[in-house]
Amino acid sequence: MALDRWIALVILLISLTYGYAAYFTMDASLPPFMRFNAIWPSTFPKVLSVLAAICALIILLGPQTGESGPKAGDIDHRRLGDYNIGQALGLLVLMVAYALLLRPAGFLISTVAFLTLGAVILGERKLQFLLPITALAAGSVWYLVQEVLGIFLSPWPIFFGVGG
Amino acid sequence: MFEGIMIGLSSAFSLTNLMMVIGGCLIGTFIGMLPGLGPMSIISIMIPVAITIGDPSAALILLAGVYYGAIFGGSTSSILINAPGVASTVATSFDGYPLARQGKAGKALTVAAISSFCGGSIGAVLLMIFAPALATVALLFHSAEYFALMVVGLSAIAAFAGTGQVVKALLMTLLGLIMATVGEGALFNMPRFTMGIMDLQSGFGFITLAMAMFALPEALYLVLDPSRSKTEGGSNEIKDLRITRDEARAIAPVIGRQSIQGFLIGVLPGAGATIASFLGYAVERNIAPKEEQEQFGKGSVKGLAAPESANNAACTGSFVPLLTLGIPGSGTTAILLGALIALNVSPGPRLMIDEPQIFWAVIISMYVGNLVLLVLNLPLIPYIAKVLAVPRNYLIPFILFFTLMGAYIGQNNATELLILVGLGICATLLRFADYPLAPLLIGFILGSMLEDNFARAMQLYDGMGFLLDRPMTLALLVLAALLVLLPSYRARRARLRQVGVSDGD
Repeated sequence: MALDRWIALVILLISLTYGYAAYFTMDASLPPFMRFNAIWPSTFPKVLSVLAAICALIILLGPQTGESGPKAGDIDHRRLGDYNIGQALGLLVLMVAYALLLRPAGFLISTVAFLTLGAVILGERKLQFLLPITALAAGSVWYLVQEVLGIFLSPWPIFFGVGG
Repeated sequence: MFEGIMIGLSSAFSLTNLMMVIGGCLIGTFIGMLPGLGPMSIISIMIPVAITIGDPSAALILLAGVYYGAIFGGSTSSILINAPGVASTVATSFDGYPLARQGKAGKALTVAAISSFCGGSIGAVLLMIFAPALATVALLFHSAEYFALMVVGLSAIAAFAGTGQVVKALLMTLLGLIMATVGEGALFNMPRFTMGIMDLQSGFGFITLAMAMFALPEALYLVLDPSRSKTEGGSNEIKDLRITRDEARAIAPVIGRQSIQGFLIGVLPGAGATIASFLGYAVERNIAPKEEQEQFGKGSVKGLAAPESANNAACTGSFVPLLTLGIPGSGTTAILLGALIALNVSPGPRLMIDEPQIFWAVIISMYVGNLVLLVLNLPLIPYIAKVLAVPRNYLIPFILFFTLMGAYIGQNNATELLILVGLGICATLLRFADYPLAPLLIGFILGSMLEDNFARAMQLYDGMGFLLDRPMTLALLVLAALLVLLPSYRARRARLRQVGVSDGD
């Protein structure tokens, strides 16, 4: 089965779950006075879930769309191994790690680590250039966000006592 | 109208706003030149900055400047290295790159800049004429018509998605609408579909979604396929920006025709700059005299001027439905709409009456933006082109970092970053399977408005009665159904004919 049909199947399951919630569980918590309204919180979702399920079924069961194979310049997902899939996954893991460490480790340390490791994953080895550039970038972004835009960003790790 | 223009002039020519236009255009050109980064990613990265500015006119002017700059930057990289960053500048590379190969890169850039300038300016004049007229009509609309109009807009976007893509685009739109119902809306005061996750209480963040749909997949594509950011071809020596009088005479009528045609295409929801540029190119090739027709694709100035003026006029045209109806016709205008809502401005017919300074400042800043691109960016291009030499090892981590920062600043919540990564992976998979992503974002942004108007109409008529009481609503909904069904019907017929079955069954 082609990838677009697998995705249609997943979306079909999502819309069925969504529809189940809209049709069977949501209305139970509706206060009595709202039951007189012409529209309930579940009305619109009910319509959406049916339409989405129909569309997903059309893609899932419908005829194969004419063009197969990737267009020029696009990525062929059937040959993902030929691309830098390892680097892409590495960067995604790094992004998750950044999300988890941003609060505990503070903005400056986690950002410098993120930018440096990101470049290293992509194959950069000249740390003597990399570290000063990332440190400078992290510092200036922090200054811009904190001082110019006025959004609080805790710069240092949480155990320094200034973290938020 | 005259009064409005004066308000717009005084607002657009304030020092801050001038800085916004110039800064926006420069930033846009800078980033737009990087292959693989389109206007949508750039604008979504810039939104947190625009929102923190606080002043809606200034923010919108900044974003519009970034938008123009990005398109201009995209054209530049199409011409110089045959790497269009966006679909709408693909047609530019047909004749632009051959010109650059012949050593006429400077001339090509000038033709492109002049065509863009004229396309954008003519578009702005037409916008000034069309928008107020359309807004007057739109004032007569009630919630029922608004609901129907949005359905038409969403169906048109799906209908223009291309053969075999209509159902996919429709499904993406519906998915966007479904995502918009998550969280606690103003309408019912009760959380819906949060699955018990506290961070979903306020729904998905619009910036997070915009980043996840456009910026993140584009960055991942750059990682996966290094050839996408390859900067081969040593045509970096840009000299002699002048064009001859004959060339100017040749492209003038092309620019005139394509600006008007491009604008009209841009007004249609879903059509936009890409279709305008390809159509403009095709039309000009067909009406050109025989001997010039052969030049198309080999470095014809006409073939370069046509898509450039058309796509810029179309970009301006796409502001018409945004500013007058509050309905975005493209991914980019959808992002702008999201930014406006975040700034507490609701675009629509009332915008011209309630906040004329925003409306007119944006229009005037379009002229200024075009002028800035012509007189400031064009001479700077040889220097800005150096950005093409930034090593991707540095570039990609920074792009990823800015998407993360954008989502974090918007919500000040680290969970948002995990949602961003999750949605970004989903978006990349969807892109692998050729699902269009812009409809999802447009559906998401229009979702709450659509439901609001639907609910208001339902309450007013105590049920579905508004469909029959208001013929306009019914007509619009029928139009929406036709828009969706017609392409699938025609595709079906074409398919049946292919396998040799008669049309009759």
